[in-house]
Amino acid sequence: MKLFTYARPADAEDALHQGAADGARYLGGGTNLVDLMRETIERPGALIDVTGLPGAIEETAGGSLLLGAAARNTAVAEHRAVRTRYPMLARAIMAGASPQIRNMATVAGNLLQRTRCAYFYDHAGSRCNKRVPGQGCDAIEGFNREHAILGASAACVATHPSDMCVALAALDAVVHTRSADGGRTVPLTELHRLPGDHPEIETILQPGELVTAVELPALPLAARSTYRKVRDRASYAFALVSVAAALDTRGGAVRDVRIALGGVATKPWRAWRAEEALRGRPAGAESFRAAAEAELADARPLADNGFKVELAKRTITAVLTELAGGEA
Amino acid sequence: MSISVNGSAAEPPEDPRVSLLDFLRERLQLHGTKKGCDQGACGACTVLADGERILSCLALAVQYDGRSVTTIEGLAAGAAGEPGGVLHPLQQAFIDRDGFQCGYCTPGQICSAVGMAAEARRGVPSHVTADLSADQIALSRDELRERMSGNLCRCGAHNGIIDAISEIYAAGAVR
Repeated sequence: MKLFTYARPADAEDALHQGAADGARYLGGGTNLVDLMRETIERPGALIDVTGLPGAIEETAGGSLLLGAAARNTAVAEHRAVRTRYPMLARAIMAGASPQIRNMATVAGNLLQRTRCAYFYDHAGSRCNKRVPGQGCDAIEGFNREHAILGASAACVATHPSDMCVALAALDAVVHTRSADGGRTVPLTELHRLPGDHPEIETILQPGELVTAVELPALPLAARSTYRKVRDRASYAFALVSVAAALDTRGGAVRDVRIALGGVATKPWRAWRAEEALRGRPAGAESFRAAAEAELADARPLADNGFKVELAKRTITAVLTELAGGEA
Repeated sequence: MSISVNGSAAEPPEDPRVSLLDFLRERLQLHGTKKGCDQGACGACTVLADGERILSCLALAVQYDGRSVTTIEGLAAGAAGEPGGVLHPLQQAFIDRDGFQCGYCTPGQICSAVGMAAEARRGVPSHVTADLSADQIALSRDELRERMSGNLCRCGAHNGIIDAISEIYAAGAVR
């Protein structure tokens, strides 16, 4: 591991000041960054430990729920308002990593974790455009069973690994940030970039910009929501396919719906097309399947991950059927 | 400031690269905490930080300056194996229920289970909890298996491990 300096800023102001230095990185729970530093894939010169900055979970006057950036993943999942108003978020977090890691990992750190693509990690033997821009990608012609079928480019097919972000994408979550220029808010669905020609640039955040909170807007239909994760073992594994969904029906028709996918795309994937296809339609298996078909119409499978296309369609259909009150 | 380890103050390392795991094992000579994968995949290095189970391999020791860490050596009352020393009830249950073979994952399993029980007591749900609105969690075998899934046992002693944890923490258990 490359030598670095370690500092605990007194407040966000101080963090921004220190985070502006060349080579500085903000440190949350360290569950991803420390590992990548040990592998010499990340080589920061300074770590600014922001776990002492606000991590409270508070209901706002406007009815939304504000998750402080330093809130631990466990704290979010166990919060009563999250469990009852946004159950898909509690379920998504509890489907991710292990209890020990969830006790360490922060909200902001979860947003900014790097891909688990094996070629990204294999710095000694593989090419990766995220690790070395312009180098090439060995996953596209390699063992790509776990890679993306949506949102990929000729430069990168790595999936975004977060479960939490999938629920946040479905919930219309808003990311609050601060930088020297002041604060701004960004919809979670616009925080992560598609890889395009520059997969090494993963978010729209500017250097030194600090995530301070994630806001969950009041969303009554989210009380009827869930998260389903399909993976190679029953626990402690990344998603092959995951679906976060909320459903509101009246008189057998879909009034409103939110759907996002994990494990299949290069960023937390909001299923806008499926949602559009469902509003006003009968809340039944036929419409659910048609919506899933619409979302996956542009899927581009690689040699080893073609199974994800049908798996995603079936999982979307099953989750919506479950929420509609039928068997799944 | 200092890191409190099993009740004793320790100076944090000067080199910020030192993991909490290496700090415990190599600086403090507390060899109970084990290094398995050193990348957050096995749980052998699990310790308690302010009562919460964490992975000491992914923790930088300097991050825990000012906090209180408990390792397997700190769970027994008094000096275990010496006159007056009494094992933690879960340690005894692991012996009674064959909760290990080689023993390498055992300290992590036990520290993890102690943290797990505290989580369940305060109502933290798990992936298999059916009713998210419940404030009380009954620790069924399915709940225990899911909640202990961050600790791997290469010998395959999981059945004995779950037996031992059930004896101490399952619904209806005395403690």
